[in-house]
Amino acid sequence: MKAFEYAAPRSESEVLELLSGEAGHTEVLAGGTDLVGLMKKMIVTPDRVVSLSRVASLKKIEADSTAVRVGAMVSLDELAENPVSEFYPAIRQAIDEIASLQLRSQGTLGGELCQRPRCWYFRDGHGLLAARGKDVVEGDSRFHAIFGNAGPAKFVCPSRLAPALVALDARLRILGPHSNDETLMPLEAFYRTPKSEREREFLLDPNQFVAQVILPHPEGRLSASYEVRHGAGPEYPLVSAASSILVERGRVVEARVVLGQVAPTPWISREAIDAIVGRPVTPETAEAAGEAAASVATPLRDNEYKVRLAKVAVKRSLLKAAGLETGGF
Amino acid sequence: MAKKTHVATTINGEPMEFLCEARQSLLEVLRDNLAMTGSKEGCNNGNCGACTVLLDGQPVDSCLVLAVEAEGAEITTVEGIADDSRLHPIQQCFLEEAALQCGVCTPGFIVTAKALLDRNPTPSEHEIRFQLAGNLCRCTGYDKIIRAVQDAGKRMAAEARGASTTTNGSPARQQQKQAT
Repeated sequence: MKAFEYAAPRSESEVLELLSGEAGHTEVLAGGTDLVGLMKKMIVTPDRVVSLSRVASLKKIEADSTAVRVGAMVSLDELAENPVSEFYPAIRQAIDEIASLQLRSQGTLGGELCQRPRCWYFRDGHGLLAARGKDVVEGDSRFHAIFGNAGPAKFVCPSRLAPALVALDARLRILGPHSNDETLMPLEAFYRTPKSEREREFLLDPNQFVAQVILPHPEGRLSASYEVRHGAGPEYPLVSAASSILVERGRVVEARVVLGQVAPTPWISREAIDAIVGRPVTPETAEAAGEAAASVATPLRDNEYKVRLAKVAVKRSLLKAAGLETGGF
Repeated sequence: MAKKTHVATTINGEPMEFLCEARQSLLEVLRDNLAMTGSKEGCNNGNCGACTVLLDGQPVDSCLVLAVEAEGAEITTVEGIADDSRLHPIQQCFLEEAALQCGVCTPGFIVTAKALLDRNPTPSEHEIRFQLAGNLCRCTGYDKIIRAVQDAGKRMAAEARGASTTTNGSPARQQQKQAT
């Protein structure tokens, strides 16, 4: 690891004073489960690391009648065990899929959303777009994107909570660059598909940081997450899906269906949403929504199999949200 | 020479201060600065769990914790699991049931198992396999580890029941306190 200066500020405004506006100079440290590994491999080499661990305001969960505000430094375990998570089954289920006590107690909500892609070309130092996408296309693409992969970005958004949070219309409270600057941003707008190595995969300037995640009250919406994994183990899922639905008189009147691990961003499937809205959730309609989601896939050489998994994940997340899915592996 | 930071912690119940560089992991400091070599370095990137310690009671991969972040924290390493010369039930069961071969993963398994059993003393086989998925063993095939953890949970629960029928302050009560 390259030597760096460590700072542990006590307040949100002190954090901002310590962050540099220039890319690569400073890094924000949350639980460390991703950043420390990236620094060891010299994929990121900051001059200064700004820890959020001493900022008390970032560790709170506050709920009122309209929303729940979860601090970025709340650990995944704390969130899953907090009674508020009962209102958001998709979130609790996504955390429960993370099969490592260590990563659940050390990992934080903010860090989970801002973790860098697992793409092996990126992790091996070839950059996020590895030869403008050529490395992936000509190399090993089995875990890469099947949607939104026409440009140079072929990696997939690694977050396991983002699909659930996007399905639930979560917003981020982003602070900076200056001490009074505050942006409320829908999570779905936070992620982007970079077109050059200068762009990050999320819209956060180097001198901004995520302070809270705001979850609107579900108001009767049902939700669920479903992950397809290679086996019961600590690996990242191959494909995941989260659904949030509002059912009135037996029919879906509003839906959000979001796939994970399939595109450079969480992938909102308009096709699946159009297929399920106006219909009751049944094994047949859920399957049709899965088919619709998969119909626009553009798999690479080695990941055609993910298209089938995407269908299954969409179907099962919808059935699970409606209380019809028994689970299973 | 990089600047060093002074860090004050409590390790296995004893106040402990050390100087470290910001880039040193807690695992490095435990092993190299403090000569506490019970915590093992396996993958050094958070996959294998051999370096697991309890940080304020929570299991963490110490290879992914910057040592400077441990300021003010209470750390329990595998060296602090036994009660002086009396092995913890988890350690005893690992021994009796031969739940190890080369032993490199064992400290991490014991610390994680303690965190698991402190939360849930009677986990099912499925729960144990799931919760210990952050610890890898390349020798045993896991079956003996799972059985040892399950049996240790039963022993801890039995000890807790035994302790609750004795008066406060008895040795059994104190052991139970330390085990939870």
